[in-house]
Amino acid sequence: MSNWTLIIYCGLITYLTRFTMIALIKKEMFNDRIREILSFVPSAIFPAIIFPAIFINEIGLFQIEENPKILAAIIATVIGILSRSIIATIFSGLASYWFLIFVV
Amino acid sequence: MNSNFKIFLKGIVDVSPLMIPVVPFGLIFGVLAIDIGFTPLETMGMSLIVFGGASQIVLLQLFSGGASSLVIISSVGAVNSRHLLYGAVVSEHLSDLKLIWKIIISYFLIDQAFAISNEYLKKNKERNRYFHLVGGGATCWVIWQSTTLLGIILGASIPEKLGLSFAVPLTFLALLVNDFRKFINVIVIIISGTVATLGYNYIPFKAYVIVAALAGLLTAMILTKTIKTK
Repeated sequence: MSNWTLIIYCGLITYLTRFTMIALIKKEMFNDRIREILSFVPSAIFPAIIFPAIFINEIGLFQIEENPKILAAIIATVIGILSRSIIATIFSGLASYWFLIFVV
Repeated sequence: MNSNFKIFLKGIVDVSPLMIPVVPFGLIFGVLAIDIGFTPLETMGMSLIVFGGASQIVLLQLFSGGASSLVIISSVGAVNSRHLLYGAVVSEHLSDLKLIWKIIISYFLIDQAFAISNEYLKKNKERNRYFHLVGGGATCWVIWQSTTLLGIILGASIPEKLGLSFAVPLTFLALLVNDFRKFINVIVIIISGTVATLGYNYIPFKAYVIVAALAGLLTAMILTKTIKTK
């Protein structure tokens, strides 16, 4: 598949998930139970991107020693819990990562 | 007429604080896409066609890991399944609209616009209140496209040593800040993350994102059920 075909398919599927419910929804199709489960989608899917990006190194191996990303991610999480701020989470994580790789 | 524009402006003002993190996100996307080997045109095309930060980053992440197209597309679909919820929630406010407006608004139904307009739509009952969602979505569109472009331009000049790719997990982490305080969400986060990390090399076709997400959702289903029946 060419890059462009891939991009278009990804665009289509993204658009369809946005459009389907707006266009087709009948309220009774979505009971509270389904709503409740769907509200967990971010918690279920984002960690699948977060964790490997922290624990798996460039050559695809699990790395727990000498891995500054772990401490930086923990700091970002704590700041995130305390501040509830998206921007503070990102910047505290990046700042501590840079501090760990350049200064320490 | 004037009032449509006013509501549109209100959408822009309301969404603005949420645009701050979109700036680094867009830059990172632009830089990474070029780094991975997409052409500037393809990178710009992704932002224009897909117009979804999480989807586009997942696309890059899996593409660079050598995943097949089918896995990439279904992972993007899985990441996007949260939009089904947004659509279902806002649809009750949009049910009187013409199809063409539904088609347009769907393109702008993104996390940030949903977050702010959902509040507004609940509180206000004017017939043209959906302009708020369009205002928020359009603002995000402009920021996303311009930061992607800037990322493409800056791409080559940002040293690899900065480890900007680490901003990807941080950005997703930031999207979960409100979930860290909820017990069930924390368990779901740990389960999903663990399954993805352990399965990274063993789950075929790089389908670890989907497998981990399903494991997380299953956990949520079981936990919400057991905690309720208690």
